[in-house]
Amino acid sequence: MTGGGLLLRFSWFSAEAEIPAVMTKANFIGELGINSYLSIATDGTITIFSPNPELGQNIMTSFPMIVAEELDADWTKVKVVQAPLDTQKFERQLTGGSGAIPHSWKRLRTAGATARYLLMAAAANRWKVEPSECTASNGFVLHAKSGNKLGYGELADEASKIAVPAEVPLKSRKDFKIIGSSVRNVENKKIITGKGIFGLDFYREGMVLAMIQRPTAFGTKIKSVDASAAKAMPGIIDVVTFKNNVAIVGKSTWEIMKARKAVKIEYEKDGNIESTSDHDRLFVSLLNSDQAKVRRKDGDVETAFKNAAKIVKSEYQCPFIPHNPMEPMNFFADVRADGVELVGPTQTPASARTATAKLLNIPEDKITVTITRLGGGFGRRLKFDYVVEAAELSSIIKKPVKVIWSREDDMMGGSYRPAVRYRFEAALDEKGNMVGYKLRGVGINVNNSTREDNFPSGAVENLLIDSVEHISPITTGPWRAPVTNFLAYAEQSFLDEVAVAAGKDPVQFRLELLQKARMNSVGAIKYNIDRMETVIKQAAEKSGWGTKKGVSQGFSVYFSHASYVAQVCDVVMISGKPAVKKIVAVSDCGEVINKSGALQQVMGAIVDGYGHAMYGKLTFKDGVPGEKNFGEYRLIRMKEIPEIEAHFIDNGIDPTGLGEPALPPTGGAVANAIFKATGIRLKNQPFIDQPLYNSAKKGF
Amino acid sequence: MAMFTLQINGKEYRADVAADTPVLWVLRDHLGLVGTKFGCGIAQCGACTILFEGNAVRSCVLPISAVKTSKITTIEGLSENGDHPLQIAWDEVDVPQCGYCQAGQIMTAAALLKRTPKPTVEEIDNAMHGNICRCGAYHRIREAVLSAAKKI
Repeated sequence: MTGGGLLLRFSWFSAEAEIPAVMTKANFIGELGINSYLSIATDGTITIFSPNPELGQNIMTSFPMIVAEELDADWTKVKVVQAPLDTQKFERQLTGGSGAIPHSWKRLRTAGATARYLLMAAAANRWKVEPSECTASNGFVLHAKSGNKLGYGELADEASKIAVPAEVPLKSRKDFKIIGSSVRNVENKKIITGKGIFGLDFYREGMVLAMIQRPTAFGTKIKSVDASAAKAMPGIIDVVTFKNNVAIVGKSTWEIMKARKAVKIEYEKDGNIESTSDHDRLFVSLLNSDQAKVRRKDGDVETAFKNAAKIVKSEYQCPFIPHNPMEPMNFFADVRADGVELVGPTQTPASARTATAKLLNIPEDKITVTITRLGGGFGRRLKFDYVVEAAELSSIIKKPVKVIWSREDDMMGGSYRPAVRYRFEAALDEKGNMVGYKLRGVGINVNNSTREDNFPSGAVENLLIDSVEHISPITTGPWRAPVTNFLAYAEQSFLDEVAVAAGKDPVQFRLELLQKARMNSVGAIKYNIDRMETVIKQAAEKSGWGTKKGVSQGFSVYFSHASYVAQVCDVVMISGKPAVKKIVAVSDCGEVINKSGALQQVMGAIVDGYGHAMYGKLTFKDGVPGEKNFGEYRLIRMKEIPEIEAHFIDNGIDPTGLGEPALPPTGGAVANAIFKATGIRLKNQPFIDQPLYNSAKKGF
Repeated sequence: MAMFTLQINGKEYRADVAADTPVLWVLRDHLGLVGTKFGCGIAQCGACTILFEGNAVRSCVLPISAVKTSKITTIEGLSENGDHPLQIAWDEVDVPQCGYCQAGQIMTAAALLKRTPKPTVEEIDNAMHGNICRCGAYHRIREAVLSAAKKI
């Protein structure tokens, strides 16, 4: 809290609300469900609790900016505090799906506006004037006629006694001062001075540390464990086996790492033991399977292909990839008779708590979850396996314990982006119009590997999209922009192939399809045609599409997590190899909250999308990951980044997220530019493994 | 186990650990200096970078027995008040996304600027190439190093 006399405190949901005026307005709380918690201290300090886990998407800065805007707060007096898990106060306390901003936009604005209303009412009371004669600015309420001025801190106490109105006016966007500006990450100072804010930094007096040996091969289980030598090693407290885990518990990380090598574990088969070569064969049979589930069917595909003047057919494949957040998985758990304390980096604290309650067979209200800053997530921390195992271990050893994963544990520990293969087919009529479209997605533990209502659905009269998956012991999970992180690359590459086959410019080809969908949409679509068209046209314009000499350009566009992003990649040939020089992106995420943060998200997502398309792969041999650490697993580094130019559409539409949207289009833009430059179509990721790059592999 | 005396950030620290313990874990587990991060344990990512007699060194593979009387600087000791030109530039340029790798990035950059106060972009890229930023904040890292170099 703020330390000095808390005067005004809104608890927008909770039955524990400290301000009776808020409490009595049950309908207000229920109806608006403002997802915030703020307090104003006597010195004017405003504390805003940030409910969602922060993993680099900058939510801890953008959420408070929205509140502060409507509050007309002095940003320099705003303090942001990460809220612990509290499902009574906060509705959607998770990080995923680029969903936080669209979910909370109105709620946060209403929170700020309500507080401003109460402060202005308090000032008006004090001055005995009409509230309508007052204005608010930069942390003060002003009365122009009298020249009176009072700081929010001076008004907070009185404001807290005024009944909360059911409705408050929100600002017009032309009056925005904070929203749309560049505001620095509120935790910069802590980060650049090395404060212990991440889960791995957490320390509690009396806690022990542990590392867990999990089966190295998917599809195996423990047969026997001999931990006698390890137990006798210095600093080791115990070695315990539970489920398929052997936990080495000790006093220090290094002693545990050493003892871990002395544990002898035998494993036995417990399911399919698969290799990448098995998956390659499986994909072929799944592409011909009669078990595929139809996801969307428009018109008569068979006839369209029978009557086609030209058919284009192509397959694309992507490997498994791990998330590799820089902070490996870790969690602190203290399971006591009176309750459970969980502390650490999680994207999904509520699900972690539910799972822990189930495991320990205790009520959820006995469990507290403190959310630390996350050293990256990329979807990995939407899984809570590493939380639950820490709780289970603590319950067994009856001690507070922090479980630490090594990089090898992290990379070999599952929950990967699933491997997939796509087969696309397009039927063209004599004029080069795409009149038939087929997509089959096959993959390993991927469920529906398509996005059947996304572009180009709606623009093709005859369309069939289906999918089929193979169930494997290799665990998979969401990876930044799930499914679309590879589907977009494949689809946008294929559409480029179709445009070439139709003799059309790739940008024009997409615009024609959109026009077709606009005039006569076939079935339901989820994307907005005008918004997609705008980013396409803007990207073409900003990138100088088709006008640059000596530069080969590739185009890509995607409707992604409710935002729209078009990208143009510039490739030039250097010593006979294509070099990615520049990527221009135009994003429509509606209202941009924080210019600096938005640029970070788009540029970071492009680097991420390009890096993984270029280098990312996790292979398997007999169930064991072939890449175990950054020695074998290549992540993009500074020398390999292209220039990036990021633009935003300024349309004032209610904002959507940006953590994911700019990633999906990148692989396609790059592959299409490389095709333009070389005539070689990159149909498999990672690109670096394709013949084109064979000699460029060494020396990273 | 043996008692080691270390010169870190201008102070003297003592740690009773095995001779092969990497400095990273001495800092984090024994001395409470958690600003230096664990990323890979095999000197491939740079998250654990410290200054060792002014040079950028991966503390995850540096055994404590090799330190002897050498002076170590960690992110906590780079400046008194978090106002090293690089730290100021990192904030001004608004570099951090998740922030986990940034201490290592800053320490690598600090060694570079000590050696090469006015680096070219190519020199920056070469020096920073060993530090992974999984969020892909490389453009701003480069910009912040350039910006700090201008002010030194």
